[in-house]
Amino acid sequence: MTTTTTELTGEPAAVPEAAPPPRRRRSGGLGSYIAVRFLLIFPTIFVLVTTVFFLMRTTGDPITAALGGRLGPAELAERVAAAGYDRPLFTQYLEYLGQLVRLDFGTTLSTNQPVTEVLADFGTATLELAFYALVVAFLVGIPLGRFAAYARDRWPDAVLRVFAILCYATPVFFAGMVLKLVFSSGLGWLPASGRASTRSEILIQTSVENPTGIYLIDAIKTGNGEVVQDVLEHAVLPAVALGLLTAGVFLRLVRTNVIGTLGMGYVEAARSRGVSERRLLRKHAYRPALIPIVTVIGLQVALLLGGAVLTETTFEWRGLGFQLSEYLQARDFVAVQGLVVLLAVVVAVTNFVVDVIAALIDPRVRY
Amino acid sequence: MATTATPTPTPARRRRGLPVVRQLRQAVGLQRGMLVAGLVLTGVFLLTAALADLLAPYGYNQLRDADGPFGAQQSPSGDHWLGTTVGGYDVLSRVIYGTRTALAVIVVAIVLSLFLGVLLGLLSGYFGGWLDRVLVVVCDAVYAFPTLLLAIVMAIVISGGQSSLWGGILAAAISITVIYIPQYFRVIRAETVRIKAEAYVESAKVIGASHWRIMTRHVLRNATRTLPLILTLNASEAILTLAGLGFLGFGIEPTAAAEWGFDLNRALSDVTSGIWWTSIFPGIAIVWVVLGLTLVGESLNDLADPRLRSRRAADAGETGEVTVVPGGPLGAGPAGLAGIEGAS
Repeated sequence: MTTTTTELTGEPAAVPEAAPPPRRRRSGGLGSYIAVRFLLIFPTIFVLVTTVFFLMRTTGDPITAALGGRLGPAELAERVAAAGYDRPLFTQYLEYLGQLVRLDFGTTLSTNQPVTEVLADFGTATLELAFYALVVAFLVGIPLGRFAAYARDRWPDAVLRVFAILCYATPVFFAGMVLKLVFSSGLGWLPASGRASTRSEILIQTSVENPTGIYLIDAIKTGNGEVVQDVLEHAVLPAVALGLLTAGVFLRLVRTNVIGTLGMGYVEAARSRGVSERRLLRKHAYRPALIPIVTVIGLQVALLLGGAVLTETTFEWRGLGFQLSEYLQARDFVAVQGLVVLLAVVVAVTNFVVDVIAALIDPRVRY
Repeated sequence: MATTATPTPTPARRRRGLPVVRQLRQAVGLQRGMLVAGLVLTGVFLLTAALADLLAPYGYNQLRDADGPFGAQQSPSGDHWLGTTVGGYDVLSRVIYGTRTALAVIVVAIVLSLFLGVLLGLLSGYFGGWLDRVLVVVCDAVYAFPTLLLAIVMAIVISGGQSSLWGGILAAAISITVIYIPQYFRVIRAETVRIKAEAYVESAKVIGASHWRIMTRHVLRNATRTLPLILTLNASEAILTLAGLGFLGFGIEPTAAAEWGFDLNRALSDVTSGIWWTSIFPGIAIVWVVLGLTLVGESLNDLADPRLRSRRAADAGETGEVTVVPGGPLGAGPAGLAGIEGAS
């Protein structure tokens, strides 16, 4: 890794206004990087959609899976034919791709609702939870990671590293259950499940026009302090359970990177100029070490979404993950497939956005 | 150590001893402590799995003994040290037998993903061309996808959501396999591309060695040094995915085997009424195994990365052969190893 002078100050590297004339066709400026990176979304989604479609169909059609035990063979065959599942697989596949291009992710069998509508109804809850979790992860992971690097190889470092590994080693649902046992059924400080108490939910539904679905914003809109407090109290435990998972990753990453930058030549140079160790850590080593965090957030989105499914189930947080596990219980595999593909698109697009941001911050990323 | 039992012998091993043993000698201070702690935790897990029949007071699906039924949700007592579950099973016995299910999933997942990932990485890196491009795109797509969602899809495919013993174990193991193939693939492919350009590969070609011989004798044997590290991460991820699937109701029926995630799923409603023993102990078992494996993996990674190795280790004069990972730390790119773990 080469060190550029821009890292000396830790300022986000200035984006060159005009890209240098490309010598080879492959290297280019920011614009072409974004274009190429954008086009790469499509093969990714295509591969996942194809894989999921054919995998799900190898087990048979979704109607038999959902209703197999409950209907007679004749009636079942009729339902299967009506839904078009008796046609050649490849025809169904092409039709499915056509639907996806029109942003139609299918209709659930159990509730007969378009999957996009499920996303609209429950997506905001998942978004809200993921946001809280990221806040917890940042607040816990980054300062502790910096401190661990500072106390490298001494006992606080050891404690923090074991803590980071524990964060990763504890399944979110178990962390959630322990939190519930201690703070909810044990101490009685915080509510055990749900996004808000029934009273607050009714208040939000009756008094807020055009609710955003993000409860915190809706609660603020009601102008009622108690509702805001109630919503926040419900969010604490799920956010901590999910946030700690990512906090461990951030802690380790910040620690590794700060240790790495502390060993760089420019830090050594600053040290020889008489800059204090504290200032070295705070100004010289810390800021460039944060750049990789941006890249990793992209991967964390996948981790957070997977974790959200489990966290939402643990806390009955009515988001996409909770719905997904409901559909799983109901053996509604059309809904499961729709949600999985939808989340694949979300992950692919988020990764694209994160990569572009990383490229804006760090010119070395553009290849 | 299951994790060190790499089926492919490497020249590195012959020269410098078993991977983990060598690093144990090399580590000092805190890093040594972490590695030893990891090995101890993993060792206890393996011993428990081996001796489950002797250690467990009851069967994993036993509901009654000579004195009659155990009863549901009994608090810990002399008869049931860790109490009984909502279904009336003995918690301690199910925690102990759960090690067997966990171990089975780890072994199947590692063997499958190691074999397929290494083979694909080798072919892809060695021959290049369109196959290489297609495989890279496919692996990158899978790599970026939430593990658990893929595991759910695989579980539906393999077991149709049913929960026989081997159905459940295979569902979890194959899900892990699918997710981990890209990681083995990436590492082995990158190594293969590098080694392919080495002079000794060229000389092997000149003397007329077959592609297969070059791949297995010359390339593979020099490309496997990072594998112990990925293996441990793979194993811990396998446990977490198995537990996650069990928690979502894709677990193995309690009559077929003991599975911690499934027990936690059943314990969810107990938590609200303050019954702690049904959830805490299976949960601790999961954390125990994952912690042990991760500590081993982390230590291997730190010892492989010159930036992270304890400074005293460098002073000990072993710098000549400390790099486990050729060409620097594993997982090239700004994220380093965390990138690999982050994806999982």
